[in-house]
Amino acid sequence: MSTQPMVKAEGIHKRFGRLEVLRGIDLTVQAGEVTCLIGPSGSGKSTFLRCINHLEKIQAGRLWVDGELVGYRQQGDRLYELKESEVARKRAEIGMVFQHFNLFGHMTALQNVIEAPCLVKRAKRGEAITRATELLGRVGLAEKLHVYPSQLSGGQKQRVAIARALAMEPKLMLFDEPTSALDPELVGEVLDVIKGLAADGMTMLVVTHEMGFAREVADTVVFMDDGVVVESGPPEAVLGNPQHARTQDFLGKVLA
Amino acid sequence: MSAAPAPAGDRAGAVSSEEITAVPVRHPGRWVAGAVIALVVAIVVHSAVTNPRFGWSTVGDYLFSHRIIHGLLLTLLLTVVAMAIGIVLGVLIAVMRLSPNPLVSGFGGFYVWFLRGTPVLVQILFWFFISALYPTISIGIPFGGPEAFHFGANAVITPFVAAILALGLNEGAYMAEIVRAGILSVDEGQGEAAQSLGMTRLQTMRRIVLPQAMRVIVPPTGNETISMLKTTSLVSVVAYTELLYSAQLIYSVNYQQIPLLIVVSIWYLVVTTILSIGQYFLERRFGRGSSRTQRETLVQRVWRYAFPRHEGGMT
Ligand SMILES: Nc1ncnc2c1ncn2[C@@H]1O[C@H](COP(=O)(O)OP(=O)(O)O)[C@@H](O)[C@H]1O
Ligand SMILES: [Mg+2]
Repeated sequence: MSTQPMVKAEGIHKRFGRLEVLRGIDLTVQAGEVTCLIGPSGSGKSTFLRCINHLEKIQAGRLWVDGELVGYRQQGDRLYELKESEVARKRAEIGMVFQHFNLFGHMTALQNVIEAPCLVKRAKRGEAITRATELLGRVGLAEKLHVYPSQLSGGQKQRVAIARALAMEPKLMLFDEPTSALDPELVGEVLDVIKGLAADGMTMLVVTHEMGFAREVADTVVFMDDGVVVESGPPEAVLGNPQHARTQDFLGKVLA
Repeated sequence: MSAAPAPAGDRAGAVSSEEITAVPVRHPGRWVAGAVIALVVAIVVHSAVTNPRFGWSTVGDYLFSHRIIHGLLLTLLLTVVAMAIGIVLGVLIAVMRLSPNPLVSGFGGFYVWFLRGTPVLVQILFWFFISALYPTISIGIPFGGPEAFHFGANAVITPFVAAILALGLNEGAYMAEIVRAGILSVDEGQGEAAQSLGMTRLQTMRRIVLPQAMRVIVPPTGNETISMLKTTSLVSVVAYTELLYSAQLIYSVNYQQIPLLIVVSIWYLVVTTILSIGQYFLERRFGRGSSRTQRETLVQRVWRYAFPRHEGGMT
């Protein structure tokens, strides 16, 4: 493996109309590491995650995934926008898991997982099914292959969503508050799956409010507020001994 | 009210196991309304039977006559082809209207505005007389380039072609609005999840969004089909021998207008009824969850009464 970071962000700015949501984000995620992104609601965490797979366009700054510029090609000092198909190909290498699961409602768990490999990677259907069955087994849903999302619990839905993302064999996984929509007793089963991925060396960027999880799994914790990174470092430092007043204030509220 | 209520838990157990035998509320209004309606129906039926000018025997003579059945088949053909064109165009225009490209979405908007803003009867006549505007149609390089094909518009724009173009293009505008509403009803997160997996916009539309939009698209499409069946009668103005014009040709000779119009109405009713039954099944298939909020149509009620649904029968 090369030593170049999996994600490198420099001075990312993002505006929605007049509202400046990201105001110069600098952040690095090393390959094989787990980074937890924490911060108050509205601070721009989801927006930043969406920028990484180009679901949102940035207005200033540079963003690289695995050494390649996101959304653009650089020639000399000119930037050329990538074609839709090129953007799609890059997105296929980045897995994303959403707060509200976003499972395809008209497909069974198995169909959800094989859809993108068959359509995007042109995988053979039989092989895709074998692989999907294996993945669903790994997240503890071997019994639920032919069940529609509406018949699954929140925790089960989120585990299918994780399997669906893994089926594309991503080199980076983005999680946007994967447990925030879950009943408290279902949080653990999803976090366990994510911990398993961390143990396997998957590179992950996880937006979360689960401080216990961040402390246990994260290599780096990044605290964001109001569109900027306020503080980042190992969990013991950021969570155990925060330096900035805003971090202390936030942790005081969350941990209270 | 003044008496102290009995303690709640006291008698509940003993009373609740008894079956309730209460005197039902009387509805005198219903009986009065029923009587009035029965009277009106009786008057209408009586006049229909006793008034010889209804010409019921003529109705019987023509109901299955060759020309009427032929007209009926052409009406069905027009309906099917125009709806097929309308649905395909509708999906296309709806996707165009939702495109991020302002030119493409602008064209979609213009299309809907233009074709919904003019009467379909005018559009039928317009297509029929298009040869006055463009006497010849040629396929080749535009703006004076060489031509590969070349033929007279009069030969190409038959009444059938004019009818299909007018009805299909017009229906496309209405279907576009229906499809657009369907697409917008699908949660945005579905598209985002699909795109994050590497699907392109079109793949996302085809595999993820449209299938889920069907729930919203199918019921009004049934209505459009029924409406189209009847709209095809407008095509009689360009002398296309669909059901109505076939009848008109007959009564222009034998002057039996009313009986032949009754024949025509009977056939429209028969086909509409069949389509309504089909629509009921389509809605049951696609409209799960949303059908509760709609009032059942008469056909649905009759059907449900005649064939009660079994528990867990259809999934
Ligand atoms: N598509 C959008 N259009 C306009 N404003 C948006 C959009 N998405 C997010 N925002 C705004 O950006 C800010 C940051 O949102 P978000 O990234 O979702 O924060 P977080 O995930 O940290 O709670 C919020 O004020 C939100 O209202
Ligand atoms: Mg968020």
